[in-house]
Amino acid sequence: MGLLSDPNRRKALTGLLTRLNTPICIVCYLAGIVWFMGLAFEPFTLRTYMSENAMGSTMVEERFSSGERALSLAKEFDPPSACCGLNGMPVEWLVKAMQSRGLEVFTQSFSRKLPFPDENKERYMVRGTNVYGILRAPRAPRTEALVITAPCSPGNTNNQAVALLLALAQYFRNQIYWAKDIIFLVNEHDLIGTQAWLEGYHHTNITGMEYSPLQGRAGSIQAALSLELSSDVITSLDLVLEGLNGQLPNLDLANLFYAFCQKLGVLCTIQGKLQRNDWDTAEGYTHAAQTMMLMVLKQACGRSWGDHGLFLRYHIEAASVRGINSFRHYKTDATTIGRLLEGMVRKLNNLLERLHQSYFFYLLPSLSRFVSIGYYMPAFGLLAVILLLRALDLWVHLGAPALAAVDGVTEPSSPGVLTVLTPVVISHLTGVALYLLPVHLQEMAVEHFPVSETEAVVLTAIAIYTAGLALPHNTQRLLSGEGTEQGWKVLKLTALLYLAVLLGCTALINFSLGFILAVTLVPITASITPHMPKALYAVVMVLLSPAFTILYCVFIYQELIEAPVSVSEGWMLFLSVISQGILDHALYGSLVYPLLALFIYPCWLMFWNILFWN
Amino acid sequence: MDYYNLLTTCAFIHLLVSIPYAYSNYVENKAGQFFSSGHTNNWAVLVCTSRFWFNYRHVANTLSVYRSVKRLGIPDSHIVLMLADDMACNYRNPKPATVFSHKNMELNVYGDDVEVDYRGYEVTVENFLRVLTGRLPPSTPRSKRLLSDDRSNILIYLTGHGGNGFLKFQDSEEISNMELADAFEQMWQKRRYNELLFIIDTCQGASMYERFYSPNLMALASSQVGEDSLSHQPDLAIGVHLMDKYTFYLLEFLEEVHPASQANMNDLFKVCPQSQCVSTPGHRTDLFQRNPGSVLITDFFGSVLLHDMKQLVADVSSQKPKQKDWHPPDGFILGLWTLILLVFFQTYGIKHLKHIF
Repeated sequence: MGLLSDPNRRKALTGLLTRLNTPICIVCYLAGIVWFMGLAFEPFTLRTYMSENAMGSTMVEERFSSGERALSLAKEFDPPSACCGLNGMPVEWLVKAMQSRGLEVFTQSFSRKLPFPDENKERYMVRGTNVYGILRAPRAPRTEALVITAPCSPGNTNNQAVALLLALAQYFRNQIYWAKDIIFLVNEHDLIGTQAWLEGYHHTNITGMEYSPLQGRAGSIQAALSLELSSDVITSLDLVLEGLNGQLPNLDLANLFYAFCQKLGVLCTIQGKLQRNDWDTAEGYTHAAQTMMLMVLKQACGRSWGDHGLFLRYHIEAASVRGINSFRHYKTDATTIGRLLEGMVRKLNNLLERLHQSYFFYLLPSLSRFVSIGYYMPAFGLLAVILLLRALDLWVHLGAPALAAVDGVTEPSSPGVLTVLTPVVISHLTGVALYLLPVHLQEMAVEHFPVSETEAVVLTAIAIYTAGLALPHNTQRLLSGEGTEQGWKVLKLTALLYLAVLLGCTALINFSLGFILAVTLVPITASITPHMPKALYAVVMVLLSPAFTILYCVFIYQELIEAPVSVSEGWMLFLSVISQGILDHALYGSLVYPLLALFIYPCWLMFWNILFWN
Repeated sequence: MDYYNLLTTCAFIHLLVSIPYAYSNYVENKAGQFFSSGHTNNWAVLVCTSRFWFNYRHVANTLSVYRSVKRLGIPDSHIVLMLADDMACNYRNPKPATVFSHKNMELNVYGDDVEVDYRGYEVTVENFLRVLTGRLPPSTPRSKRLLSDDRSNILIYLTGHGGNGFLKFQDSEEISNMELADAFEQMWQKRRYNELLFIIDTCQGASMYERFYSPNLMALASSQVGEDSLSHQPDLAIGVHLMDKYTFYLLEFLEEVHPASQANMNDLFKVCPQSQCVSTPGHRTDLFQRNPGSVLITDFFGSVLLHDMKQLVADVSSQKPKQKDWHPPDGFILGLWTLILLVFFQTYGIKHLKHIF
């Protein structure tokens, strides 16, 4: 008779748990998926609202009027001094232009050698210069700053944005109500330049970039806006929020943008999709669900989808505004865009502290509706619970008094530590190999095979991944036939708990990544045992492995942005996604690639081991 | 006919004689009223408790009341003005050195002769209570003291952000309604006021006067418990709300008041009904000994000083109103015209009337 608990009650509960385990798991899984899809349904979402008292409503009078002058300035970018032409950035021209507008101008040069050539942007040895001008607040102490940046890189014509930046600088210089310094930054080589500037500004060096120290500084940066306008005629403005590692700016920044869009009558989109009013029809719901899925996919891949993404790491709320020309009838002129930016910057000027009143974790099915973390986390929770239930079930089975030995052969009552430890260690060593070898062995691969460096890296990664599939057979040979019934259960228990912790931590930081991995990994890992038809289950496991998850995501993403691809194109995209992931990790410190290579893949390998246990 | 004439002449003379008598009666009433309020000097304590740029309207509220009170006669030496933040010199002010109370920038209530006694972080609950109770360190200058005595009528105006039973000071501390009531009781015990008018313009303002228990207190609030007080109008050029609704209409009312005005407290209670203010203003008069209808606005908002009293007495005794231009009394003119008409009709006869009409 137990002292603190009733063993009969406990036995009844555990009996219930073990009997009903599979049905509960299936129900939880379906509930999780349905909950997630239901998030986009409008009655379950909340309307966005401004939380920051200091920003108030759109109560400003915008007087910016030199939009046309900005565009004519953009046309001054003739080929010799083309901003984003093949000759790189016209540094002297920009310095002179900013100085004539009364800003304090400084430059910063930087250089970086990529681990392997980037085929998407065609660069390997990157050398560039950032130019930035500081507009000092006329009466305020130089303690706080706002940043407006227009990226400028070859092949990406952003002339209009730079011209608008200069026109805004001239207009802002004449106003006396600035309480913060405003930094106008024109960075070269988009994200690399921004990273160099931010590292120089904050005196850090986390990515191994070489840069010259910044001569001029303005104080703690409260917020940043990045501008991308690639044509004279703009029909809509797109807001990009997803940043590095899936970090998002404070929702108040998106609310501010949306409020000004409504005030000035500018067409505003998110994920390139317009807002619809018919939430109660099927099309309306699918539209919202598509917008939300796009945001989830973009957040999951962990790269920064605009120049603003790198600011978020330094706790600077930032967003990118991208002008889109979609050949609509109604066009927005540069003056209105200037007014929108003027209004936003003036409202940000009123801030007393960093934006912190609104949500940092959210999903946006449209610009005016949001889903907060409290509403979307249960979807992941339901999936994680399956793993814990399975682990509990295994624990109960392991703890139950050992049933009589099957054929009198005395089995050790608890398997040796080595039985469990060996697969774990070997899986993690494979993971380490997957992380380190592709980049380090690229020279050797290029010597022996007729491929470029990028292809070498990617194909090495895939080769190591596939080689891991052959491991169980080798592991068994190592263990010299120590596979027992208890052995695989203990391994599965360990692996389930390990996976639950991994996915839980990932979901806390980057919900989308955690959720997508959970959706594919949880069913197979929960149901895997060595006693199933091996061939069929092997195929299913491979099809639901992390690499294939990435492949599916690529196809789904292409479908959602209405540019579906064929299988071969999809495969090429998949390869480029892998190379971009490795590059992002090396250049900016994105954590998706290390997470997948060092943790998720070994975990999956452990389950693969269980399948081939004998 | 003669009798008729005699009657009219008598009426006319009676009218002529009664006018100065009525006038002296009126003067006596006024003097009586004046003496009935029992105060000999006026003080005002005007407090704005919130800081930050987006609380511009609270500073504008307080400064507008300050302007009105000065216009009606209370001098700077008798006003304790406490402003928690400096809006005029805030970096975000597009018109530096000004605080506007009306959009289109019609009225700069900051001006160049404003005297702020407690500014910025000096506006704390402790300082406010010390000012009220007089427990200030000996080094405090006279301009920062409330040097009232037992014949002083004091106006206390508070504005800021408040809740049910408290008022927030400086975004970091609060004063509760019980503390305020106790402070007023201390003032009463120390004989620091004759009568006190308390006006508060915050959310749930009525909760602040619920706990008063000292005599001779009258209180007004901009909203009841559970209601929010709303701001009046934004100004797009400055980018903030300029005033609160209740104070805006209070000021419109005070614009009509001049030092000799006879407007009384009942008119003040009617300021800003719910149709204009959205919130329901409240007031409390049970602790006040006089009837609110007999309390003049200028008893608290203005400063009718002793030398005016002496003038009043001189007027009564001379029975001659000291006016710049002298006009004959109205009754005299009326009687004269009646006489003329009677003579006319007597001469020409009534029967001729039908020729005229």
